[in-house]
Amino acid sequence: MSNREQAISLSPEQAAYLRKVRRRKINIFLSQVLLLVTLLGIWELAAIVGWINPFITSQPSGILKTIVNLYNSGDLFLHIGVTVWETIVGFTLGTILGTIFAIILWWSEPLARVLDPYLVVLNSLPKVALGPIIIVWMGSGVSAIIVMALLVSVVVTILGVYAGFSQVDPDRVKLLKTFGASKGQILQKAVLPGSVPTIISALKINVGLSWVGVIVGEFLVSKAGLGYLAVYGGQVFRLNLVMTSVIILGVAAAIMYLAVVLLEKLFIRWQQ
Amino acid sequence: MARPLVQVKDIVVKYHSPEGETTALENISLDVFQGQFISIVGPSGCGKSTLLNVVAGLLEPTQGEVAINGRPVEGVSASVGYMPQTDQLFEWRSIWKNVILGLEVQNKLTAETRESVRQLLERYGLWEFRNAFPRQLSGGMRQRAALIRTLAIKPEILLLDEAFSALDYQTRLVVSDEVKKIISREGKTAILVTHDISEAISMADHVVVLTRRPGTIKSIHKIVLTCQEHTPIKCREAPEFRDYFNRIWKELDIHVQ
Repeated sequence: MSNREQAISLSPEQAAYLRKVRRRKINIFLSQVLLLVTLLGIWELAAIVGWINPFITSQPSGILKTIVNLYNSGDLFLHIGVTVWETIVGFTLGTILGTIFAIILWWSEPLARVLDPYLVVLNSLPKVALGPIIIVWMGSGVSAIIVMALLVSVVVTILGVYAGFSQVDPDRVKLLKTFGASKGQILQKAVLPGSVPTIISALKINVGLSWVGVIVGEFLVSKAGLGYLAVYGGQVFRLNLVMTSVIILGVAAAIMYLAVVLLEKLFIRWQQ
Repeated sequence: MARPLVQVKDIVVKYHSPEGETTALENISLDVFQGQFISIVGPSGCGKSTLLNVVAGLLEPTQGEVAINGRPVEGVSASVGYMPQTDQLFEWRSIWKNVILGLEVQNKLTAETRESVRQLLERYGLWEFRNAFPRQLSGGMRQRAALIRTLAIKPEILLLDEAFSALDYQTRLVVSDEVKKIISREGKTAILVTHDISEAISMADHVVVLTRRPGTIKSIHKIVLTCQEHTPIKCREAPEFRDYFNRIWKELDIHVQ
């Protein structure tokens, strides 16, 4: 039932129930904010009173100061921009290439069988271990970091999307065959459009994986980015800088994940 | 008598697997004439659907041949329309886009074919729903849309593969009534594969009983029912219905272990 219908026929019991639901929502949100404030407060207090050494643990006021300094020097958005850009390119390429590869596997079952053990090995291999090879091949620049992000996500995409393709109802394929459909038409009319939800869920996983790839890549080679800031901060023992980059990273990753969730919602609405 | 529309001649189908060879169908011969409605019943796993796949040209028989209009079937034939177990409407396509799917695949979308699809939708009460999506339609309407999708490519013979088995019992009765009406009105020939004896008797003019695997034809029953309105629901009330049911039930020889 839509909200509008409820508003028209609102019994006192229903109104009371709705108030209760809303109150509970507000309470949960307030508790979440309170938890954050309390944790930050204890951290700051402990640093001021001297229970912990802010030189090692950093402290919220120091992090805030670092952010303001970075902003004033104009570096804040440079670092965020570099990392976000690398991540977006990495997971977009990973999703597109993975989907193309999944189509090739779907097209040729013998090829899929031949490649199966290789995919299993590639999937189990921690892609981070390929870092040194990538640096030698791609040089120590942004492209090496993007390749790292792509490698981390592409194999998972291939396996996930290919599994999605294989789940298309055989009766649906049979129906198209009785119309005389070619393999290309089966792909275009039934398999690809039917797998859009699978591809979007691959995208959701890839966002997270690409962050891993990008940050590892930045740890290894970079002159800018949030991963670079964290490593640099660690090397010069400026823990405020390390914490700052970790916190910004958390916020940026959450925003990007929410953007993909929003994309999914838009798609579902469009589909209906 | 005229030449049969579909001639199944001494079909043998064997399936191969590493565990061995299975004979699914053995020496099946069957003639289907223009305008007939044939039901095929048999114990599960007797090769009913295999037979349908052979007629549709989806499966090449190990031996024997199928001819439609005297021409041997090689690959998928344009004169065959197939109805799967579930309606298989594509959920991301509107009803209109769904019913023209076959024409789209065959590159036959012309002003003329569009018009004939429009007439079918109007005749069977789906024209107002042409822009709706499958999930907005009732089970019965979805089946009707699926049937129109099959009729749109103007097949001479319809193959219904347990076409109503996914529906709940009440919807199933109504839908089989509707489908039967539409098929007779359009003057189509149909072969229905089902495990439901009542459905087989009430819809068809001939019921073919297959034996346990390897499937052979055990008997063919010509169904003559005395009912005022010849619709599947009314037919179930005919006095002869029980006799047919009991005879076919005995022939199926089903034992529950």
